[in-house]
Amino acid sequence: MLRFLGLRLARALLTMVLVVTFAFVVLRLSGDPALLIMSADAPPEAIAAFRQAWGLNDPIWQQYIRYFAAIFRGDLGQSMRDGRPAIELVAERIPATLALTLPALAMKLGIGIPAGIHAALHRNSFADRAVMLLAVAGFTVPSFVLGLLLVLVFAVQLGWLPSGGQESWRHAVLPVLTLGIGGAAVLARFTRSAMLEVLGQPYMRTALAKGVPWARAVRRHALPNAAIPTVTIVGFMVGSLLAGAVVVESVFSWPGVGRLLVVAVANRDLAVVQCILLLVAATMVSANLAVDLLYGVLDPRLRSAPREATA
Amino acid sequence: MSDIPLGAMPAPAVSAPPARRQARLPALVVLALGWLVLMLLVAFAADLLSPFPYTALDLRNRLSPPVGMGGVWLHPLGTDELGRDVLSRLITSIRMSLLIAFGATAISAVLGVTLGFLAAHFRGLVEHAVLALVDFQASMPFLILALAVLAFFGNALPLFICLLGLNGWERYARIARGLAVSAGSQGYAAAVKGLGASPWRVYGRHVLPNIASTLIVSMTLAFPEIILLESGLSFLGLGVQPPMTSLGNMVGYGREYLTRAPWILLAPSSVIVMTTLSVSLVGDWLRDRLDPTLR
Repeated sequence: MLRFLGLRLARALLTMVLVVTFAFVVLRLSGDPALLIMSADAPPEAIAAFRQAWGLNDPIWQQYIRYFAAIFRGDLGQSMRDGRPAIELVAERIPATLALTLPALAMKLGIGIPAGIHAALHRNSFADRAVMLLAVAGFTVPSFVLGLLLVLVFAVQLGWLPSGGQESWRHAVLPVLTLGIGGAAVLARFTRSAMLEVLGQPYMRTALAKGVPWARAVRRHALPNAAIPTVTIVGFMVGSLLAGAVVVESVFSWPGVGRLLVVAVANRDLAVVQCILLLVAATMVSANLAVDLLYGVLDPRLRSAPREATA
Repeated sequence: MSDIPLGAMPAPAVSAPPARRQARLPALVVLALGWLVLMLLVAFAADLLSPFPYTALDLRNRLSPPVGMGGVWLHPLGTDELGRDVLSRLITSIRMSLLIAFGATAISAVLGVTLGFLAAHFRGLVEHAVLALVDFQASMPFLILALAVLAFFGNALPLFICLLGLNGWERYARIARGLAVSAGSQGYAAAVKGLGASPWRVYGRHVLPNIASTLIVSMTLAFPEIILLESGLSFLGLGVQPPMTSLGNMVGYGREYLTRAPWILLAPSSVIVMTTLSVSLVGDWLRDRLDPTLR
């Protein structure tokens, strides 16, 4: 068990190191930040001073080490536009994003998983076909199209709900719906196929043959086994709580992390972009770690198996 | 994922009786295929089909509604704020979006299969490095990575296509590695190797054709994802840059006119949805037919 934990932790750390390296390499490859941020006709002294101030004249490996050290201290640089620490800018947007993604996550879980289970248990029934059709639709309609359609119907035509902004809970309804519907569809599809796979396993037949009632067989044998693949995708959803609303926040002018990211990318405010990148990676890696640990709880076989078993 | 049994490949009819394998295509799949053929035709013949150049202005007919909503046949799908013909823009956008999606899918398949084969051939350190990259890629939401790269490098069409080509390579890598490893232990690969074939020949001429059906199925499953990604980024104004236009661009532009001229946005939106839906349907059907091991 300790070895299992150690391996997972090492893997999580390795991913984080890769992300930080990725950010550094991309940052350095992208050209001279001094020229990016200052206009081309800035006086050479100003550019030199800027380079000095940001340590751009040092050897690359020193910059790399300094970069790591700074991130380790929690110093993610200042927004190159308004000079405030990037982490501060990002942190004040987090509650707004969570106000959308947490209810949406609840909606995905609350609708997607029961719908998927029901569809699998009643395979080829009307409900199954309806769920699958909705699931394919939910998967193929991009969130910005869904969001805009909801705006068109509920804000423009019916006038029930506001189309954008963040003044009251009513403003959150449409974005949460947009996020929730798509996610629920994906989850339903996934849960269904996980359940179908498990229901066809020999141990289900064995359980039924020895006289276990159907409901109990489903509850005790099918659900826990189907939970393993489902947990993976739920983990991914939990991991994208911060980053999963980029497009939807833009559609509804919701001032969250995703909106900040889009604006920062458009302005090439690299410190803010990098801060969000690292934050998202950290959330994602933590969620994956939690999923890996959950695997260990759900399926004792995986505790000693080689890592590829779950990959 | 890594230990996919290969038994299903050479003997396709696992349990279904032979008669059922010649069943007619489901109607939905026929419709989907028809739509895709139409899209391909439109993409290839874009210049012949568009009634106007996609940037041509018609200032006397600005925000003209489509036929059926009070519009004129001159502009069957209406015009936008600048009087540009929506149909012509739609046709050009379809070509652009399909070009990007095909380019990116091809790049990610080639990249993934190459890395997967390398991992399977060399094992050891190379394999670990590839798997670490796969883990990294699989654990990050691709949209965020793409946005970061766009922020750092700025945007140009070739770069954008290559960037989207990085989406999903890890799935091909996993599949290719897993299948190549198990092919290595099968007779045919060992036999060719024994006859003195180079690794290029073994992988290119013998392993690749044997795993091609699995790869093609995963390509069809990944294709809609690329379309959604491209249109999402273009919608945010960070993908295809004006004056070029793609389906996502059109939706992003039409959003400003949601109340006054919803047709600007509805036309490209429905093309996106129909196309991704069709590819998904065909992909699901192909998967069920060709390769039951994928889910």
